[in-house]
Amino acid sequence: MFGTYDVPDQRNLLDQTRQGIIGKPLDRPEAALKVTGTATYAAEYRPENCAEGVLVTATIAQGRVLHLHRDEVLSMPGVLGIFADKRMLRRPAQGTAGQAPVQDVREVEYYGQPVALVVAESFEQASHAAKALRIDYAPEGDVPFDAGKAEYESGQKPVILGDLDEAMASAAHSVDLTYTTEGHASAAMEPHASIAAWQGDVLTLWGSFQMISHNVKELADSLRISPRNVRIISPYVGGGFGSKLGISHDAIAAAIAARELGRPVRVVLTRQQVFDTIMRRSETRQRLRLAADASGRLTGLGHEAWVSNLPGEKFAEPVTQATEFLYGGENRKLAVNVARISRLTSGSVRAPGEAVGMQVLEAAMDELAEKAGLDPIELRKRNLPASQPGKDRPYSSRMLVEALDQGARAFGWDARKPRPCMRREGEWWLGMGVASAARVNMLRPASARVRLEADGSLLVQSDQTDIGTGSYAILGQIAGEMLGVPITRVRVELGDSSLPSGAGSGGSFGASSTGSAVFRACEAIRDRLAHRLGIPVEALELRDGIASGQGRSRPVTELLQGEALEQVGRIKPGKTQMDYAQASYGAFFCEVAVNAFTGETRMRRMLGAFGFGRVLNAKTARSQCLGGMVWGIGAALTEEQSFDLRDGRLLNHDLAQYHVPCHADVPALEVILLEERDAPASPLQAKGVGELAICGAAGAVANAIYNACGVRMRSFPMTPDRLIAQLPDPIARAAD
Amino acid sequence: MRAFSYDRASAVADAAGAEARLIAGGTNLLDLMKLEVELPTRLLDINHVGLDQITEVEGGLRLGALLRNADCAADQRVRRDYPLLARAILAGASPQLRNRATTGGNLCQRTRCGYFMRLGTRCNKREPGSGCDAIDGSNREHAIFGVSPACIATYPGDMAVALAALDASVEITGSRGGRSIPLRGFHRLPGDDPSRDNVLEPGEIITSVTLPPPVGGRQVYRKVRDRASFAFALVSVAAIIDIQSGRISRADLAFGGVAHKPWHDPEVEQALLGEVPSPVLFARAADLLVAKAKGQGENDFKIPLLRRSLIAVLAEATGV
Ligand SMILES: Cc1cc2nc3c(=O)[nH]c(=O)nc-3n(C[C@H](O)[C@H](O)[C@H](O)COP(=O)(O)OP(=O)(O)OC[C@H]3O[C@@H](n4cnc5c(N)ncnc54)[C@H](O)[C@@H]3O)c2cc1C
Ligand code: SF4
Repeated sequence: MFGTYDVPDQRNLLDQTRQGIIGKPLDRPEAALKVTGTATYAAEYRPENCAEGVLVTATIAQGRVLHLHRDEVLSMPGVLGIFADKRMLRRPAQGTAGQAPVQDVREVEYYGQPVALVVAESFEQASHAAKALRIDYAPEGDVPFDAGKAEYESGQKPVILGDLDEAMASAAHSVDLTYTTEGHASAAMEPHASIAAWQGDVLTLWGSFQMISHNVKELADSLRISPRNVRIISPYVGGGFGSKLGISHDAIAAAIAARELGRPVRVVLTRQQVFDTIMRRSETRQRLRLAADASGRLTGLGHEAWVSNLPGEKFAEPVTQATEFLYGGENRKLAVNVARISRLTSGSVRAPGEAVGMQVLEAAMDELAEKAGLDPIELRKRNLPASQPGKDRPYSSRMLVEALDQGARAFGWDARKPRPCMRREGEWWLGMGVASAARVNMLRPASARVRLEADGSLLVQSDQTDIGTGSYAILGQIAGEMLGVPITRVRVELGDSSLPSGAGSGGSFGASSTGSAVFRACEAIRDRLAHRLGIPVEALELRDGIASGQGRSRPVTELLQGEALEQVGRIKPGKTQMDYAQASYGAFFCEVAVNAFTGETRMRRMLGAFGFGRVLNAKTARSQCLGGMVWGIGAALTEEQSFDLRDGRLLNHDLAQYHVPCHADVPALEVILLEERDAPASPLQAKGVGELAICGAAGAVANAIYNACGVRMRSFPMTPDRLIAQLPDPIARAAD
Repeated sequence: MRAFSYDRASAVADAAGAEARLIAGGTNLLDLMKLEVELPTRLLDINHVGLDQITEVEGGLRLGALLRNADCAADQRVRRDYPLLARAILAGASPQLRNRATTGGNLCQRTRCGYFMRLGTRCNKREPGSGCDAIDGSNREHAIFGVSPACIATYPGDMAVALAALDASVEITGSRGGRSIPLRGFHRLPGDDPSRDNVLEPGEIITSVTLPPPVGGRQVYRKVRDRASFAFALVSVAAIIDIQSGRISRADLAFGGVAHKPWHDPEVEQALLGEVPSPVLFARAADLLVAKAKGQGENDFKIPLLRRSLIAVLAEATGV
């Protein structure tokens, strides 16, 4: 099929081009707009005569809406309408769903589910009316609220190789450990927001999304209209982290109300509604069994997880995703089981699977290293297989050893004490920890249009989103590099469904996928320029608007003869995706201080070394790594959704109560980017980096806590209450 | 948010006796109004009544009710003579909030009990007689001292904990004149009327808080929390400890995050006075403190945590 990536592109074309901007730490072109508050986010458009909608959420956990006391509210000042249309969403769509079938909001499946929309002239009127709307419910249903009371079903096909029990029984060293992690929220700064406006049968929706071409289909499916009649505009997205992969309640409710009222309608979720209704990362229970021979070589590897979701949801947190390929161990059991419970939908939250799976695997590896009497880095190095166990396919590239070694050197790992409780500073125990990072790599179908204007400037267009990650920057750099155009003459337009479909932002695939589409479009334009210059394209050099090669040289504008050259480039995943185990890798090092009295943990410093193929922009890539490490600190120390077990409601549903790390929690972070070329991953030789730096980070923190104070934490986050439950009382010592 | 009327007071006299809800920095009241937990129909803005200065009185300092928390913590006299207060203020909220928050508003900030802040739950504080969802529910943040069958919430603030250790007093004006009460008696225990957080009567306004003359000794404010900043205290300890001739001559203590008011326990102070500081002494005092504590389930950890925190603070303050 056209565009399929079947054979690794080994030319490394981006290493031969001459513009010299690929990989450079260039500023994001939209940065000034963002820091001056002039980038327009979804809720900030001002269509004329826009009405304001506020969602009403259920105050029961399960049952049916019997009656909305509409009349009481319709007579309130400014109120225009109350909508409880069947087409509105109970649950947001999962990433890449591409559909959002009729769900009927009158059936309540979890506490806080949207059940109606109130629209008024002003936001204040609408919010007041939404709170005032009385609803009669018939509570019914017996889905448990707590996974402890639920039945489990298999969430994915288990991997079973050899005989793990036997490997455990005969191991020289082994660990059999159970960990728990709590639920996480995406907690993006920009809440989910939509403005819907109809012109005849055509809907324009300003929204905040990660994957626009899918979101168009989902919106159309819900509304029962043709996707051709839906236009989504989403040029700036204030963070998504998985929560904006699929269409959410606001979009469909706004569209329905706008159609009915014959005027634009804006619906912005409150912060609490974002927490209550969008997506959670499932809490997990994980059992890790590691069996090793006397030399520390893994012979058995068990990773079983228990997660939860609403009945009928296909998504089950893929906890063991990286465990499948990271280390050896010929006898294996990897499984994910999902409990059906009544809490808000669980779905993709930045680095689904690895974020929680790696942190636990890496904590268990630390325990095994101790048992085997090996340095934890050495244990990891001894267990890197030559090909993926069970699948026998090679690794496309893997910089794990380099990350561990270079990271260790830069961090000063050799100063780590071999045993716990050997470094003390006043009340604080100090310790160091290490962990590997790994995250699967994906290529997704993508297209993009590149237009070399007659004046030699460039326009790059795609519905690819930029969720704060740097899509604008890197797509411009790829095009400018390929076509020899200075970055100041490159314009990038994104986030509009009328443009060619990019891959969207999710699963760390946006840059390499949509970037490859841009690359291919540029290749086609290079061909044409070479032809016009009369030389083979292999000899073509493009730089600062000059085309040269084989002794010829002409300004590109002359070759264009007053006409623009335009090309749509496409890429689709192909054989390389199957033939190679593809992942990004890295290593985390951190130093922590644990207060011997209070059990508070403070990060002292943290370093990550990462290899993810070609670095497309050293600044935006580094920022992704910094952000990932901050998420790792959150998973390690602060982030935890707490639910009321009596009705499954989320209790800490705002940013005061749900603790993302604040500045004081984050120490100086150092990032080492390891240059690498991964041809099977993409024609850019680039892989994903957006999620990598979370995957394992919290494990490094747990290991450092052990090295500091001798407490093995097996439940995350490692808050003071959990630590003091195990930390010896310092005065008991002093009094001895 | 419900519609409300808005007036501006230009002098204390406008506010005293007014049948309106006072708004100062608004950092707590407005949040709760948006959640429709607070439903005032009339707001009286007191930001223009003056009372935003620190004045020197009788060897101590008078902190105006409208003094911003940030200005208070930055004041040279406060930092020099009452470092405990400056540290407690700086341990709370964020710089942006402290720029707005006022002395009076801070004292009157409401509990952070999640059920209180959420409609659709049973909460005797918000809706007297409805019950208390925290008792059998999520109560990790709740009180271990002085609870009642009606309410187990905490007073969440930091500043007042320091003021309790400093034995400050609160000046109040109402339609029938003024009164001064010790800060230690300003907040109430929930008893059978948790809707009342403190002893303010309708129509009364806090005009200032008075700090007694500075005392000798070391002042420590220790706040233990789930993240390094911008989180309410799991527990906190405010301490002023002085040592004369090797023996503890002053031990003024107050505890936050553990009760419906800054917790003060004279018995613990007595147990320390006149003694030679030692880990064993600290442990004894801490055991005495927590002997009366009772956990609610999820917050059981606060008992050992408070014990350990007091020991750490005493060790820090005495250098033992
Ligand atoms: C996210 C967040 C985190 C926070 N973290 C902390 C923390 O860690 N530690 C901490 O201590 N605090 C914390 N706070 C609370 C903060 O300290 C209070 O919101 C602030 O002190 C309230 O002061 P204000 O002037 O804004 O009060 P307002 O909101 O204006 O008023 C609060 C109450 O006091 C009453 N009131 C105000 N002035 C007077 C007066 N002169 N006389 C009588 N009644 C009066 C009002 O009627 C109202 O009921 C936090 C707040 C937020 C939003
Ligand atoms: S503890 Fe107090 S504030 Fe919390 S729910 Fe119970 S009564 Fe309300």
